Amino acid sequence: MQSFLDSWGISAMVFIPLVGVAIMMLLPEKEEELHKTIALLASVGAGIFGVLLLANFDYDRSGELQFAVDRRWIDVINARYTIGLDGMSLPLVALTLLVVPLVIVYSWNHIPEPGNAKAFLMLTLVLHTGMLGTFVAGDLVLFFVFFEVVLLPMYFMIGVWGGEQRLYAAIKFFLYTLFGSALMLVSFLALYWSTGSATFNIVELAEQVAARDISLRTQVLIFGGMFMGFGIKVPMFPFHTWLPDAHTEAPTQGSVILAAVLLKLGTYGFIRIAIPILPEAAVEWAPYIGLLAVIGIIYGALGCLAQTDMKRLIAFSSVAHMGYVMLGIATLTDFGINAAIFGMVAHGLITGMLFFLAGSVKERYHTLEIRRLGGLLVQAPRMGWILGITTMASLGLPGLAGFWGEFPAILASYDPAPQLNESLFRVYMVIAAIGTVLAAAYLLWLLQRTAFGTPSEEFADDPHIHDTVFTEWVAWVPMLIPIVVLGFVPSLIFDVTNDSASLIGDVVQALGR
Amino acid sequence: MFAAEEAVANPWIYDNVWLIPALPAASFVLILFFGKRLPYKGAEIGITALLAAFGLALIATFTWIGDIQGLEESEGEEHALVTDGGTQTVVLTAEAGEEHGPARGAPVVNEVEWFGIGTGANQVTLGSDGVEAVDGAEGEEAAEPSSGFNISIGTLVDGQSVMLLFVVTFISLLVHVYSTDYVNGDRRYTHYFAFLSLFTASMLFMVLASSTLQMIVGWELVGVCSFVLIGHWWEEKPNSDAALKAFLTNRVGDVGLLIGVTILYFAAGRSFSFVTINEMAVSGEISQNTLTIAAVCLMAAVMSKSGQFILHTWLPDAMAGPTPVSALIHAATMVVAGVYMIGRLYPVFYEGFSIAGSSINLMAFIGGLTTVGGGALAFVQRDIKKVLAYSTVSQLGYMVMALGVGAYTAGLFHLFTHAFFKACLFLGAGSVSHACHHSFDMKADMGGLRKYMPKTFWTFVIGSAALAGIPPLAGFWSKDEILVGTGAFPGTGGNGTYTIPLIFGLITAAMTAAYMTRTIYLTFFGEYRGHGHPHESGPRITTPLIILAFMAVVVGFLNMPSGFVDFLRLPSGWAHLFEDWVEPAGIASFVGVENGFTHAKPSLLLAILATGLAVGAGVVVWRYYERLYAKDPKATDYVDGPVANNELVAAGHRVLVEKYYLDHLYTDVIAGGIKGPVARAANWFNQNVLDGVVHAAARSSVGLGRFVYRFVDQGLVDGTVNASGRTASESGQFLRRVQTGQVREYATLMFGAAAVLAAVFIFAF
Amino acid sequence: MFLNQFLFLAAALFCIGIYGVLARRNGVLVLMSIELILNSVNINLVAFGAFHGHIGGQVFALFVIAVAAAEVGVGLAIVLLIYRNRRSIDVAEANLLKG
Repeated sequence: MQSFLDSWGISAMVFIPLVGVAIMMLLPEKEEELHKTIALLASVGAGIFGVLLLANFDYDRSGELQFAVDRRWIDVINARYTIGLDGMSLPLVALTLLVVPLVIVYSWNHIPEPGNAKAFLMLTLVLHTGMLGTFVAGDLVLFFVFFEVVLLPMYFMIGVWGGEQRLYAAIKFFLYTLFGSALMLVSFLALYWSTGSATFNIVELAEQVAARDISLRTQVLIFGGMFMGFGIKVPMFPFHTWLPDAHTEAPTQGSVILAAVLLKLGTYGFIRIAIPILPEAAVEWAPYIGLLAVIGIIYGALGCLAQTDMKRLIAFSSVAHMGYVMLGIATLTDFGINAAIFGMVAHGLITGMLFFLAGSVKERYHTLEIRRLGGLLVQAPRMGWILGITTMASLGLPGLAGFWGEFPAILASYDPAPQLNESLFRVYMVIAAIGTVLAAAYLLWLLQRTAFGTPSEEFADDPHIHDTVFTEWVAWVPMLIPIVVLGFVPSLIFDVTNDSASLIGDVVQALGR
Repeated sequence: MFAAEEAVANPWIYDNVWLIPALPAASFVLILFFGKRLPYKGAEIGITALLAAFGLALIATFTWIGDIQGLEESEGEEHALVTDGGTQTVVLTAEAGEEHGPARGAPVVNEVEWFGIGTGANQVTLGSDGVEAVDGAEGEEAAEPSSGFNISIGTLVDGQSVMLLFVVTFISLLVHVYSTDYVNGDRRYTHYFAFLSLFTASMLFMVLASSTLQMIVGWELVGVCSFVLIGHWWEEKPNSDAALKAFLTNRVGDVGLLIGVTILYFAAGRSFSFVTINEMAVSGEISQNTLTIAAVCLMAAVMSKSGQFILHTWLPDAMAGPTPVSALIHAATMVVAGVYMIGRLYPVFYEGFSIAGSSINLMAFIGGLTTVGGGALAFVQRDIKKVLAYSTVSQLGYMVMALGVGAYTAGLFHLFTHAFFKACLFLGAGSVSHACHHSFDMKADMGGLRKYMPKTFWTFVIGSAALAGIPPLAGFWSKDEILVGTGAFPGTGGNGTYTIPLIFGLITAAMTAAYMTRTIYLTFFGEYRGHGHPHESGPRITTPLIILAFMAVVVGFLNMPSGFVDFLRLPSGWAHLFEDWVEPAGIASFVGVENGFTHAKPSLLLAILATGLAVGAGVVVWRYYERLYAKDPKATDYVDGPVANNELVAAGHRVLVEKYYLDHLYTDVIAGGIKGPVARAANWFNQNVLDGVVHAAARSSVGLGRFVYRFVDQGLVDGTVNASGRTASESGQFLRRVQTGQVREYATLMFGAAAVLAAVFIFAF
Repeated sequence: MFLNQFLFLAAALFCIGIYGVLARRNGVLVLMSIELILNSVNINLVAFGAFHGHIGGQVFALFVIAVAAAEVGVGLAIVLLIYRNRRSIDVAEANLLKG
């Protein structure tokens, strides 16, 4: 068992969803229940392997890659099939494994227009493989392939099952991300050639860059390419404009996956690839990343306040929340990176949950215009309560998960890596702290307008408006529980990530001033 | 039971004090899940949990007091008789003195690891330049081991936390009982009790916090409970508006809290621990500058949570919640969290604001301003709860001012006494409104109620007198101590000469008596102006009132000056008990006399002056209304009073009615500005500039694409392809004529072809 | 023995058959003409077999006779069906193969 997990565990986890896709491909479209069952089984199957991996993970060595596999893949360019799991990727893999089955459960009676469960669920499973693969890849080419695998299913999800403006949103999403990916690929190739080491292995590249005398200028440029690739995915101000459109138009399931996992691919790229390989360049870039992060925090919050559409508001709030994550990363300290990983998981759970709720509100009211909503607590009290808890978590209330992504990031920016300008980061800290007020403002405003008050006449006697149904409970409770539990036991994540984050902190530390 | 458990190093209760917040927390969960199915809809769970918590809090209180007594009478032979408010008399032995050793009276901290972050590698090189003012002390960190550090969660038991444990559990219990009648039949009765429990749990969690981080958690959780309970009737927009306002205003202050805690965390060598921070603040390991900045930041949090000018505006609005909530949260417990935090981190504030030997500082000034400004606003309110709310603002200002002038014990003692009489007043106001068909409008719906509801009337009068500082009620003792503590009155000593706070304090003493007299007169005298027949409330409402009124009478005696005790020929041990119990761990263990922390000497003259002012102001208002009611027993204002005749007075009146225009500033200018133009501008920027760039890029690439398509693709590349296609197509057109469908023609072709092939074979080979 | 007579006979039959196939419009006659062509081939096969003293020619002729029988069966069935559908067995009218 152990040896099987060591050599095949991760691969099995990553590719089981694709097996599901293959089976579904053979079955006729009208067998919807069967498709749903297979999709669920496939995602749960991946989850079972994930749980086995998690259970056999050696938490005392969480700084090292475990269950690592390194095999020949594309000999011509020395790209290898290198995968592994460490403390940095583990929480995100766990998040993905949690979210995707829930999305499939939610799809049980929420297949968006124009139907076709088969295609929809197949895309979901392809996404699943892509996301898992990105988080476990240890080779730049492999990473890139998985990174791009994610793109197309999401494009179709938005473009086919989206709202009125779906084509515009889908194309915007696709082109934006592809643009970033292209620059990222250039950077990867530049690394390959400039180190001259003929490898795409992340760890080896980091060693090579440290060992060889590559000019700082080159490093900064290479980092810039990666910054575009990852920064667009995060998304960082000012590259975020694809996000509100994509989120608003995407079907609920697409929004959830997008918010919960896809955005993390960008931030994960920073801490897995960009900073460890190019720490010196990271030091040069960090003040600007920090600046964009805090602009994003304030700007995203202001954007939220101006929205009239619930889903668009939640989408904008992602810009602000990912700003905290990026601020944590920009400090280049173990503390900040721990905070960032926690922030990613917390944001994934909370914002994913908010999008689920927005989807269910839309299903009942057929509108998400905040002005027309109200009195959710009267008509669907349980849903209203869940919305209340989730908004509270989102605004960073201690005792819920959001706080531990936010406050440690603020704390870390008081004391950034020694090479960085302390005063500058303390200014960032103050701005980020002010951002928490604005976050509270827009989220509570949303809560007040949608949940409090009495229903408008338009919906007061609408028989379609009912409280939470069974599939919603099944999909939501597993997200709500970690939101609360992580709020009180943050060590569940911090203990896992700490060693990996410290490694990065140490690398930056070792550079000297 | 005590003797048995005192055999261990710490009394049982110190190690298990976490049970006190855990009980209401469990109650919250139970009520939420099972409350609706129970016969009393969950109220019984809440009350049971609170009873148990109160019992534990009593044990903790008496254990603590026993420890202190044991410390004083170090022989440990005598039995101390402790009478607490007459509610309970416990004889406890304090013989285990030696086992606690010198640790007695110092905070008892019990911690377990919560989580750990980082290796702390950063500390090695940090602050080695030491140029910036803020991190002047961080050079010290170089000595710290870089082995990583853990963040702990735990409990801290000392005089201050024990005092608040007692107050919170006691008042919360009474409020629970009171609520079973007051919110009876409410649409969300069960939720109401669930959140009362959660609030109590959060407040106790905060009170027992051993670290600043833990305090933030409790601090925010009480805030959210306050939010939920203010917005209890969220169907009506004003209520949810008030809830939002409370939460957002508190969030503004929380910015200061987050930053202040961050600064202290790094300044104290990466520690959240109260004890560590306080020790380092006193020993000078943290620079004065750092402490000042941290103290200013934390002050912002105090201002929002404890309703200090200029962030007080949420507190009167918070009266939109049910009255018992106002009594518990917005008068007795949560709003004193800011004061409590100052007490917890007193060395930080003490050093940061250089309280010793000074004549004014930010904290004393804000406190003084609040106490006068809040008091003035209480004069123009029609709503009885708003009067009490502004009175709370004013009294909170008193507490902050007391701490600002260095009168640590006086500030906390006022917190203690205020909790009882203000809870009494709020619950009394609730009882009145219960009788008057849920109206709080003194002018329209009240008057003459003393005949209908004598119990409420008398408890309200006692509460008011205690609030106004009429001797010998509780408020008198605490207020007098604060005035003495300013050190500005001749012959009192103290930590500085705070003349302005003394003047503010005296003005407020007079104002408090005046507006409370006005309230009593409008509510209970004259003739009834409302509808129907008012009636006395039931026993579940009046009993808590009577208990609280009793406390309002007696708790002041807990801290009598020794001069007074001698005068009455009481045992000398009865003097300044509260000070002995609360102070040792609070501040004396950190700030010794050598640092300049002293107690002011009480002054009989000052006490007489303050009392005289209060009584005089009360009498003036009394006469005013007496004459008014002599004209017309239903009148509430003089038709041609000074407000109508004198423009200056009218202008002042208008400023008060408009609450100094602060609400306009916040709601219309700041919130409206951010939500309106600023947010819209940001959104416009997003939609037009950022997206404009994207769209321009998209459009130009589409244009380029079109050009390439039309000329290169269509003209050149496609031209070639099309030509080949056309050729194929045309030859096909020609050939299809052969295909006639006539079998005979096919046969002809076939034989023809065979003949040709035959000819070729024959002649070619 | 002279081979030529047989070859002439076969060529004559073949030409008559070709003529029949190409010129006649009656489907049955076309089939019969095809039979003539096949039989001319049979004559050739048997003649060459006898000429070389080899049994193979007769064997092949037997095969051809069998195939021709099958062919006629299928052909007549087609003609019959065309007749049923069109009330005519004129092959000039049957142009379903027109492209």
